[in-house]
Amino acid sequence: MEYTLLILLLPLVSFFVLGLLGTRLKPCVAGWIGTLVLAVLTLVAYVTAWEYFSMPRVEGVYATLVPLNFEWLHFTQNLHLDLGILLDPISVMMLVVITTVSLMVHIYSMGYMNGERGFQRYYAFLSLFSFSMLGLVVATNIFQMYIFWELVGVSSYLLIGFYYTKPEAIAASKKAFIVTRFADLGFLIGILVLSFYTKTFSFDLLTSGDSSIFAGAAGSTFLGASVISWAMALIFIGGAGKSAMFPLHIWLPDAMEGPTPVSALIHAATMVVAGVYLVARLFPVYYFEAPDVLVAIAVIGAFTSLYAAVVACVQTDIKRVLAFSTISQIGFMMVALGVSGMEGHEGLGYMASMFHLFTHAMFKALLFLGAGAIIHAVHSNEMDRMGGLRKQLPVTHLTFLIACLAIAGIPPFSGFFSKDEILSAAFMFSPWIGWTMSVIAGLTAFYMFRLYYNIFWGKPAVHEHEPHEAPVNMTLPLVVLAAITCVAGFIPFGHFVTADGLVYDIHLNWTVAGTSIVIACVGIAIATVLYMKGTNPVPTRLAERFKGFYTAAYHRFYLDELWLFVTKRIIFGYISRPLAWFDRHVVDGAMNGMALVTQKVSWAIRGLQSGQVQQYAFIFLLGTLIIVLLLLYV
Amino acid sequence: MNFLSLFVLIPLLMMLGLWVSADMKQIRAVMVTGASMLLVLSLGLLASFLSERAAGNTAEMLYMADVMWFAPLNIHYAVGVDGISVAMLLLSSVIVFTGVFASWNMNPMPKEFFLWFCLLSVGVFGFFISIDLFTMFMFYEIALIPMYLLIGVWGTGRKEYSAMKLTLMLMGGSALLLVGILGIYFNSAPEGGNYTMNILEIAQNQMPMNAQRLFFPLTFVGFGVLGALFPFHTWSPDGHASAPTSVSMLHAGVLMKLGGYGCFRVAIFLMPEAAHELSWIFIILTGISVVYGAFSACVQTDLKYINAYSSVSHCGLVLFAILMLNQTAMTGAVLQMLSHGLMTALFFALIGMIYGRTHTRDIREMSGLMKVMPFLSVCYVIAGLASLGLPGLSGFVAEMTVFVGAFQNADTFHRVFTIIACTSIVITAVYILRVVGKLLYGTVANKDHLALTDAAWYERLSVITLIVCIAVIGMAPLWISDMIHGSLAPVIEQLTK
Amino acid sequence: MEEIRMEYYLIISTLMLFIGIYGFITRRNLLAVLISVELMLNSVDINFVVFNRYLFPDHLEGLFFSLFAIGVSAAETAVAIAIIINIYRNIRSIQTRELNTMKH
Repeated sequence: MEYTLLILLLPLVSFFVLGLLGTRLKPCVAGWIGTLVLAVLTLVAYVTAWEYFSMPRVEGVYATLVPLNFEWLHFTQNLHLDLGILLDPISVMMLVVITTVSLMVHIYSMGYMNGERGFQRYYAFLSLFSFSMLGLVVATNIFQMYIFWELVGVSSYLLIGFYYTKPEAIAASKKAFIVTRFADLGFLIGILVLSFYTKTFSFDLLTSGDSSIFAGAAGSTFLGASVISWAMALIFIGGAGKSAMFPLHIWLPDAMEGPTPVSALIHAATMVVAGVYLVARLFPVYYFEAPDVLVAIAVIGAFTSLYAAVVACVQTDIKRVLAFSTISQIGFMMVALGVSGMEGHEGLGYMASMFHLFTHAMFKALLFLGAGAIIHAVHSNEMDRMGGLRKQLPVTHLTFLIACLAIAGIPPFSGFFSKDEILSAAFMFSPWIGWTMSVIAGLTAFYMFRLYYNIFWGKPAVHEHEPHEAPVNMTLPLVVLAAITCVAGFIPFGHFVTADGLVYDIHLNWTVAGTSIVIACVGIAIATVLYMKGTNPVPTRLAERFKGFYTAAYHRFYLDELWLFVTKRIIFGYISRPLAWFDRHVVDGAMNGMALVTQKVSWAIRGLQSGQVQQYAFIFLLGTLIIVLLLLYV
Repeated sequence: MNFLSLFVLIPLLMMLGLWVSADMKQIRAVMVTGASMLLVLSLGLLASFLSERAAGNTAEMLYMADVMWFAPLNIHYAVGVDGISVAMLLLSSVIVFTGVFASWNMNPMPKEFFLWFCLLSVGVFGFFISIDLFTMFMFYEIALIPMYLLIGVWGTGRKEYSAMKLTLMLMGGSALLLVGILGIYFNSAPEGGNYTMNILEIAQNQMPMNAQRLFFPLTFVGFGVLGALFPFHTWSPDGHASAPTSVSMLHAGVLMKLGGYGCFRVAIFLMPEAAHELSWIFIILTGISVVYGAFSACVQTDLKYINAYSSVSHCGLVLFAILMLNQTAMTGAVLQMLSHGLMTALFFALIGMIYGRTHTRDIREMSGLMKVMPFLSVCYVIAGLASLGLPGLSGFVAEMTVFVGAFQNADTFHRVFTIIACTSIVITAVYILRVVGKLLYGTVANKDHLALTDAAWYERLSVITLIVCIAVIGMAPLWISDMIHGSLAPVIEQLTK
Repeated sequence: MEEIRMEYYLIISTLMLFIGIYGFITRRNLLAVLISVELMLNSVDINFVVFNRYLFPDHLEGLFFSLFAIGVSAAETAVAIAIIINIYRNIRSIQTRELNTMKH
């Protein structure tokens, strides 16, 4: 399957063509180049997936293929950085997800970004992002993943800062990059530790289940935990940064300053799930070598999910609501991985996590693109500038509703199936986590329908221009994604992706499923009562009643203030400024001081060299006299 | 006549040519011809070196030549190159080439400026081809002295102060170095043997341990001053800030590499036991350099100061990696020298071009340059991304090799300092993005800046050459990394003897 | 008649030398300094002649030497006076304390 090389080459070439030619291309030409390349790419990805999954299974498992792998950089005898392509069920699944969403976003952007300054640049960056993200998922080794990990980071930085004249966008892009960079530091150190003890970067060796490569780490502990646990925890920090796990999630809501299609592609469907993908990729290592870290992942995932769901309930900017909902849903995926086992039914969580990743990518991209269409229509992100839009935007309304139902977990939409599997896995692991996740599912239904009603129902807001439906190149992706959302739940996902690779038949556990449907319906019902008419006074009164909590949640529990405090105060105020002062005045002062002392001393002894010959003669004479006297009497 | 000597001869001929040239046109013609010849020569050297190696020539140094120069002290004019020198020569010729274009409109006294510029190149090239300690030291001094005039006469701001400070501090370093070199010379042979200045011959003999213990720190600090070793780095911010563009480029790009190169070619290679024993002191100092430079860069407001402090951090990483005393980390060190040389030259070139237009280097007085000069701004972003270690550009390759190499030392001390050094990748991101955000993004605050023009063709040529080099190393690093890795084998052999 | 002893000459020349040294160190006027230098030179000349006459009467080296010294000192005086005149033309003074324009 050597043609898979095209998957990396095409977007790279497209990036260079668009980036180097830049404004010499007409905007629409640039758009078409980008979109067509991506269409071809999607086709290649589908063919790859088709061919891969129609291969005969070996011992019940799909073989891992490495169609290409070459040495890119040489470190030591054992450690070398290879670049290559690795095909296994999850990477092929990711290829499909990424290319599909990316293609939809490319098409959508032709309408949404039409007439924007820097249209060519936008498509160049999208190509760069597609390249990096695809490189990330097909990585054959952890260092290749790190390379593309950084590249997606920078594409995300460039795209968030696309409107580079807007101060908020600049700040947001900087914040996104630095926070994830900080997490990547953990990732890097984790890689260093892991590779030092295992003498390899290769996923193949690491996840083979052969524990002999971890023998080098046997007995090495640090602060009571094994070094492999430390390494895996550090690697997870990297994943947590990209996947916006608490407390590294702070960059994601701000990242909504970027163009909305970018939010759909990068900050909802693909890049932010890279952390989940990373954990899934290294799942056997976590499961066999660092089970304690896996528990921590579950707990962090659950907490993040709960936190984000609560915050999402009170946000008023529709993109922020969606951003927090994304964080919450990624929390679900992390929990699923954390509670998962390896074999058969035990490995349900792993399968569920990947399934949810897949379905979530589709319906969340749909939600964001829908939000883009709404913003396009009313020129604002704020809920109170919307209301009653269901008449003006019928297509958007319908597709948005489908996505809301999917995320809320109402059958037969895709979200129901994947979320249900996650809840089953969570209940299997511990009822505590199971119930927590169920409550979060209810919250999800509530805040999504709060959003839905506030946009499409309730009191119509006053608009300068009458809102109108988006052009067809924007609605087409919505319809496509909505269609996928409607049917994706019926994919026998367990036939393709499971923890141990064997076929697993999804069967609904009706106790869990029933509970979750009831909880979702309750959430929707509450939202309906409170927000459908837009005149119910209860929400305001509740906000008044729990003012402290409401304000705290509205300000995202002041974590951004903490971030500002850390960067502005601690890094700049307490470290950099004193250090710079120290450098100028102490270190440099010492050097200047030495120069000054030299100068002072020379001024002091300068009087001796007066240039007065008479004085010299006198001293000469005096000296002679002393010497003579000394010679005579001593 | 050995063709390595051409590296010294061509700049000398360029000086001759400059002497007889009458106007700017002729000066440019001489400089461009000479610099292009150097570039071609170093590319030819690279090709020939690689083919020799591919043909199985495993000699430690290739193209050796040796002429007796001063018999009583056994001083030779001895030249020869290994993969590391080839890489450094390539770097130097690229920077000289781009430096010429970056100072296309030198004013006043262009002739004199370029004369000194050529003399500086003589020193730099001579240093990298020498394998005789004394010749090496002589070229080192030749490279330092012109700096004083280049900064003092053609500089900006507090130029006399900076030039004096830079020269005095570097001279202080070379005083230590001279003592170190003499010390090595008088211990270069066992009792009764013939003393020698030839590096390869000295390496054959083991120097007595007490001599090593004394002269290793002297030599290391001596070269370290030029490599911006904490706390002897303070000449760097002032010096770079005052120097004219192409001098900054050459100085940060190549001259600071003389320090790193000397550290391992002389200090580590000739005194391996002392290196093992005393490396911890310098690991602490360089570890401080790395983080300290990065943090200090965060709050500077002058573009050149930011870049100078960032150089302190990056060059600190070079010395840090050398002190890790293993092949991977040292490969990383040389890669980092190359990468930092190209990157910082690019930065200084861009800063010079921006300064030439806006007449300020204060980031608080500029904003939104992306709109006004898109080409320069995009290049600045690329330079920034290279600096913060984006994969696909040279910085990443170098840093990762350094970190992986450094991590192979299994004790806690090395681990802790490696992790401290790793944190610099985050801090680097902080200051780079801060500058990019303030300088290039946003709206143009100063209305006068709206009328500024983007880069002219010679500026584009200079900048694009550097970017291409950065990208080539960043995207296809294996050949150069292998070349360096192979050439380090003798050093490692010394260290493990 | 009592013979004139060598010591008398030497006392004179010693006195002259020290007067010359004293003058050289203390006088502020260039001409006076020059005169002091001449005094010292002359005292040495006297010594040459005296030693020659009393200790080695059949040799003439001392006389020759003093003649040389006189010649050289004459030339030296000429040059010195020329310099002093030039200095005077330039700065209207021949006081040593004021001759410091080249010092800084």
